[in-house]
Amino acid sequence: MGVKVLQPGLLATIQDIGRHGVQKFGVIVGGAMDSISLRIANLLVGNLHDEGALEVTLFGTSLFFESDELIAITGGNLQPTIDGKEAPMWRPLLVQKGSILKFHAAVSGCRAYVSFSGGIQVPTVMKSKSTYLRAAIGGFEGRQLQKNDLFECGKRTELGDELFQQLKNEENYFSWSVNYTSFVKFTKTKTIRMIQGSEYTRFTEESLLKLLTTPYMITTHADRMGYRLEGEEIQLKEPFELLSEGVTYGTIQVPSNGQPIILMADRQTTGGYPKIGQIISADLPSLAQMQATDIVHFQEVTLEEAQMALIQQEKELNALAFGLHIKRFQHQ
Amino acid sequence: MTILQEDVQMRPLGDAALVIQLGNGIDEEIHKKVKYMMNLFEKHPFEGYIETVPAYNSLTVYYNPVEVYFSNRNTKKEIPYAVVQRIVQELLSKSYSTQSIKERVVKIPVVYGDDMGPDLEYVAAYHGLTPSEVIQIHSSADYLVYMIGFAPGFPFMGGMDNRIATPRKDTPRLKIPTGSVGIAGAQTGIYPLETPGGWQIIGRTPLRLFLPEQSPPSLLQPGDRIRFTPISVEEYQNIWEVRSTWE
Repeated sequence: MGVKVLQPGLLATIQDIGRHGVQKFGVIVGGAMDSISLRIANLLVGNLHDEGALEVTLFGTSLFFESDELIAITGGNLQPTIDGKEAPMWRPLLVQKGSILKFHAAVSGCRAYVSFSGGIQVPTVMKSKSTYLRAAIGGFEGRQLQKNDLFECGKRTELGDELFQQLKNEENYFSWSVNYTSFVKFTKTKTIRMIQGSEYTRFTEESLLKLLTTPYMITTHADRMGYRLEGEEIQLKEPFELLSEGVTYGTIQVPSNGQPIILMADRQTTGGYPKIGQIISADLPSLAQMQATDIVHFQEVTLEEAQMALIQQEKELNALAFGLHIKRFQHQ
Repeated sequence: MTILQEDVQMRPLGDAALVIQLGNGIDEEIHKKVKYMMNLFEKHPFEGYIETVPAYNSLTVYYNPVEVYFSNRNTKKEIPYAVVQRIVQELLSKSYSTQSIKERVVKIPVVYGDDMGPDLEYVAAYHGLTPSEVIQIHSSADYLVYMIGFAPGFPFMGGMDNRIATPRKDTPRLKIPTGSVGIAGAQTGIYPLETPGGWQIIGRTPLRLFLPEQSPPSLLQPGDRIRFTPISVEEYQNIWEVRSTWE
């Protein structure tokens, strides 16, 4: 029973929507980098949206199924195959016992999510299944997956079970798939929206203009903790001392070398660099799908636009969840 | 007494958090206000509230904008930030007393010097003191934990005697063992996890600071008072075996 890791690939970890409520103890939030793709993957197999799933990075991960499982693959296209045949993404998928799911290489985006109906059975630590690599807690024994790791899936929900039964009688997957384009984008050059950061006005006018009109490239120093960017140098009007304070996912910090760093899912809880901007929540999934050499164009929006964009995205996700329940009646 | 509204500034940290600025600099009175506000939120969480993170002079309130937007408090369909701002203002109008805040004193046993504190001699020489004078100064002060950050369970403390303030090492060490007690400038701290770092390491505690299997997951909490107690290597080993929390 369960799923066995044949090849771990570059980096595969178990993530959910993060570990909330313990930041004041210095415990990071973590969680899926592209939380929208994770949540959609869960909805597609009848799970609660915030269940733990597998985050597969770039290439090389391969899994052996020791039992029939209902899964969904979302996020970046890492060319997934099942027993050598293309595995369709963004829809419920039945993987039969004895099959091998393999991720080859990223052709768009850089992180794929694999949800398992019933959820991955690992203990929760501080109410979350997210892997916190630095502290070696959560996920699968607090670490990235390794060869021969074996995990099991939990009990399917009623919806999960119905989808499972339907697919057993059909061709392992449905012909329809989720239209993800309004949730996350996978191009290598993107306009990413930001609002002003706490120290925005302490940067020179020229620097602000550069930030908002010139391209910034994501460097090879880009991981789950943060993305270091490279582009026109950004300078403060005058240097000043800043005491450490709360930071969050998408905070754009500028250290003294003038090159911005965007804090990502595994950021520390507090930071002391000046904050020029803050990526809006609705665009974080698209940013999380970017990798080294990709190009970001920042666009400034208001706080109101940022919050309304997120509310709109959530409404669309709700509509999607609702649609899945409707579909299940159509299939009967 | 109330926290004067004019002393308080609010600003967004992105679209899902709000920063309440309660003063400037590192100051125990400001810290009390930060802790008081934190307790208020924990006692009276609003719909969509996630958590707060205290810092030296600010409190960051994390919220779910979608939940706030659709909450009962938002009948006029304002943007979530405006709703949370209103909630903070309501909390600020409550009477303010720091007397109810209990202060814990946590004793941290430390083996100073030798293998466990390789930089003790350097710190002493830097100030023209003997190692035992450095130990005496370091272990006779009370330290206030202003905030936890940088790593899980890592305390940002104030109150170190300037006579032992020492700059960081020019070249950081690649590995600093868990429990190491160090000095960086006018700060002293304890490493909860093995990590690289540039602090001057003067000793090591056998206590665990990060307790992921417990609630709360941190030995220390914002607002705690800390006192370092010198111990011998034998005592260190005994505690290591028992791993009691010595409160």
